[in-house]
Amino acid sequence: MLEIRDINKHYGTHQVLTNVSFSVGAGRMTGFVGANGAGKTTSMRIILGVLSPDSGSVLLDGQPLSDGDRRRFGYMPEERGLYPKMKVAEQLVYLARLHGLTTIAAKRNASDLLERLGLGERANDLVEALSLGNQQRAQIAAALVHDPEFLVLDEPFSGLDPIAVEVVLTVLKERAAAGAPVLFSSHQLDLVERLCDDLVIIAAGEIRANGSRERLRDQFSTPRFEIHTDADAGWIRGVTGITVIDFDGGEAVFEADSDAASQQVLREALTRGAVHSFGHLRPSLSTIFKEVVQ
Amino acid sequence: MSTDITPGTEATPGTETRQHTPTSTRATHTAPNFWASVWLVATREIISRLRSKAFLISTGILLLIAVGSVVAGGLMSANPSTTQVAVVGSAGAVVGESAGLTMVSADDVAAAEALVRDGTVEAAVVPSDSLLGVSVIALDSPPSSVMNALSVSPTVELLEPAEQGGFLVYIVALGFGLVFFMSALTFGSTIAQSVVEEKQTRVVEILMSAIPVRALLAGKVVGNSIMALGQIVAIALLVGIGMAVTGQRVLLADLGPAIGWFAVFFAFGFVMIAALFAATASMVSRQEDVGSTTAPVTYLVMIPYFLVIFFNDNPVVMAIMSYVPFSAPVGMPVRIFLGSAEWWEPVLALVILAVTTAGVIVLGSRIYRNSLLRMGGRVTIKQALRG
Repeated sequence: MLEIRDINKHYGTHQVLTNVSFSVGAGRMTGFVGANGAGKTTSMRIILGVLSPDSGSVLLDGQPLSDGDRRRFGYMPEERGLYPKMKVAEQLVYLARLHGLTTIAAKRNASDLLERLGLGERANDLVEALSLGNQQRAQIAAALVHDPEFLVLDEPFSGLDPIAVEVVLTVLKERAAAGAPVLFSSHQLDLVERLCDDLVIIAAGEIRANGSRERLRDQFSTPRFEIHTDADAGWIRGVTGITVIDFDGGEAVFEADSDAASQQVLREALTRGAVHSFGHLRPSLSTIFKEVVQ
Repeated sequence: MSTDITPGTEATPGTETRQHTPTSTRATHTAPNFWASVWLVATREIISRLRSKAFLISTGILLLIAVGSVVAGGLMSANPSTTQVAVVGSAGAVVGESAGLTMVSADDVAAAEALVRDGTVEAAVVPSDSLLGVSVIALDSPPSSVMNALSVSPTVELLEPAEQGGFLVYIVALGFGLVFFMSALTFGSTIAQSVVEEKQTRVVEILMSAIPVRALLAGKVVGNSIMALGQIVAIALLVGIGMAVTGQRVLLADLGPAIGWFAVFFAFGFVMIAALFAATASMVSRQEDVGSTTAPVTYLVMIPYFLVIFFNDNPVVMAIMSYVPFSAPVGMPVRIFLGSAEWWEPVLALVILAVTTAGVIVLGSRIYRNSLLRMGGRVTIKQALRG
């Protein structure tokens, strides 16, 4: 488990992070969301040791993260870039070796990864000779070439074509399934919602919400229900303890004062005809996000 | 070499035993070692330099100039120039005893004057009634070489004879100055460009996440220092071989120790210059801005070159130069060549240089570290030092 504890960071007079604490569980995909300038990149840089915090610590399984541990991280910075005048494969081997791999392992990983990303034939081309899409793929390869055991990816999907997105997704899931903590930031809230086990929401340098996706959705949900029946649902208005929010033929959205009241609606509906669906309406991530960052 | 770059302060191999989630197909990560990282970075710098055509061509030109100047020097010393003078009658007896003059006989004074006028001879020596028995005829100015040859000088006893002649000292001083200036500037600006390239292309953040910033800086400095020193050694060898082949062995024996000390001083001096170039370059984010931000360092490299040209015959200036860290790599070898340095002087100057170099590395790596992630505008010195 990766723990971020009470991190503070300022630039000049500007406080960028205030008592930031959250954790990334082993085998958990953790989404890190926040507006531009909220502190995501700074937090990730501090985790990777690229920046030093003013105070606070980053712990791996309870112990402070060392430079050696950090070599086992796969990091994709928000600001992408590789050496333009270096051959793709050579560059990957170089980066893998900087992370501590032997030359043989580095070469094997580089060629495997390039094949997998569809860049096998471009291995000996200069990076600057690649198309933008292929440069993005080379960038992904650069983050993964050393077989990282932990992943910290800053906006990994921005600028990727759909095929590359799939490759990155597969790798993220693989790593998480193997028990690695995976932290990634994204502006694509629907994607984060679909992928993540856990969520961390940051705004203005402070963690506003943090926890498992389901727990957050419960936490931010109102007692709001949705029902879909064959018969006209106008009668629901008459049930005590119920406020109808939206109503259209057999479909209705209502708020219940208590669980008993909502169950009463369901029982009554069943007596009136077929009920196709009935459920607790829970907020989407973007709803939670808007609510939390305000 | 430095106090800052010490392996002991980095993650030691012992801390690398924690394994998080080992899986069967996972490649093993060897324990990271500071100097292994430095060496990887240095190797990349060297290889990318060796692949650059511009670098290979400029090195070739520099080596050709070095060999050319030795060969030219050999040819000039092999054919000492003589001055031709016309002599008339008994004047030949006077001229005949003088070295450096070649006689051309003329029938009479008028014929001798004609030879002077058409430039065949420098001057004419003709019999006269004067005290010496001869007088000299020249075209438009007194012919100093002829006058000197004919003059009688008292014997001079020098209490502390200079070991080398003025012109030779000038050439040697110029040589050390030029080689230091060229190499330091070439490889210094190479480092500067390499630093900014990493910053401009943003690859630096990946590098920083993989290895300590000091390893990155040290690797750049080490790689380029090896290249620069390699170039210096190649020049020194070529000059040595050239002198031996062209029969200037005496000069080689005098120059050898100076060249040896030059290489040693250069090794330390260049590391210092390299750290300064890296630190100042890291303060900007675009190649276009490298020139302006590294300008102060460029001046530091140029000053000793000009000082040695203008003041190589001024013992006080040379003595100061030989101790000031930025000019010691040029000043001290020249003094060693002149024989004006005691045995302990180069050692003391080297210690001063080494200590300064260590200090500059500490300061430089601080600037470097604090500037690398500041993209966009130029980082001020204050920001870079404060972090």
